[in-house]
Amino acid sequence: MLTEFGKVLLFLIVGAMFVVGGLVASWLLRPHRPYPGKLAPYECGEEPVGEAWIRFNVRFYVIALIFLIFEVEVVFLFPWALVYRELGMFAFIEMAIFLTILLVGLAYVWVKGDLDWDKPKPHIPKIERSHSPLRASETAERVTA
Amino acid sequence: MGLLDQRFEKSNVLVTSLEGLLNWARLSSLWQMQFGLACCAIEMMAASASNFDIMRFGVIPRATPRQADVMIVSGTVTLKMASRIKRLYDQMAEPRYVISMGSCSNCGGPYWEHGYHVLKGVDRVIPVDVYVPGCPPRPEALLEGIMKLQEKVRKESVVKKKSA
Repeated sequence: MLTEFGKVLLFLIVGAMFVVGGLVASWLLRPHRPYPGKLAPYECGEEPVGEAWIRFNVRFYVIALIFLIFEVEVVFLFPWALVYRELGMFAFIEMAIFLTILLVGLAYVWVKGDLDWDKPKPHIPKIERSHSPLRASETAERVTA
Repeated sequence: MGLLDQRFEKSNVLVTSLEGLLNWARLSSLWQMQFGLACCAIEMMAASASNFDIMRFGVIPRATPRQADVMIVSGTVTLKMASRIKRLYDQMAEPRYVISMGSCSNCGGPYWEHGYHVLKGVDRVIPVDVYVPGCPPRPEALLEGIMKLQEKVRKESVVKKKSA
């Protein structure tokens, strides 16, 4: 007699058979004529540029961490909302404390400036001109003088 | 060469049954490379819509050449686009088919003489299986092109060609 976990095992075996069967069948039936143009990575018809492994800006790391924390907060809020009526005031205070702790964390990252997205400031060289053209105000002064 | 494809010297009842099964499977799910070039693409979209319903022929648009079987070149192939079309065709998995839709991709169409920027027929860069005439062809014409391609696929063989 099949136990409940036996059914899961059966499901896994049949699933694996489907995957392996598909791969084996296509390996048997497909034409196999590789050449560099066919094996090239697909980039919407453009010539592939650079590596597929690219570096992300390290600032995304902080954003990801903050996102993770508040995502977990939302995940906790859903079961809390389900049992809110049964637990009453206790649940409210409990969640208020939890949210306050997280809000303090949010205020902390805000003050520390982790939510600011500072853009790179390129150094623009100033061009010194010996014969700088006169500005409108200067010409006006000269005319009056 | 695959394990079965082009491996047989002679045809017999097993090979022809396999061929029949393979060709039936291929012709009833001709997945289409999803891209349009010009006004023919509008007719192609109309062919996909409910009035003409190209999906009853098994033509499903795929957004990657790896999953596509048929490339419908729908519209004016500019010289800039021609190199992209060649690359996309190369990236498609075999067996792959091409339908040239409309006068522009058949032969240059209205740009055949003075179109300095237009490729005079997509068959100059990729092999074409079915030409659909018209400027632009009506969706019915594209459907007939699909049916012609299905007829062609039905006659395909896994037997090694004599001349090759």
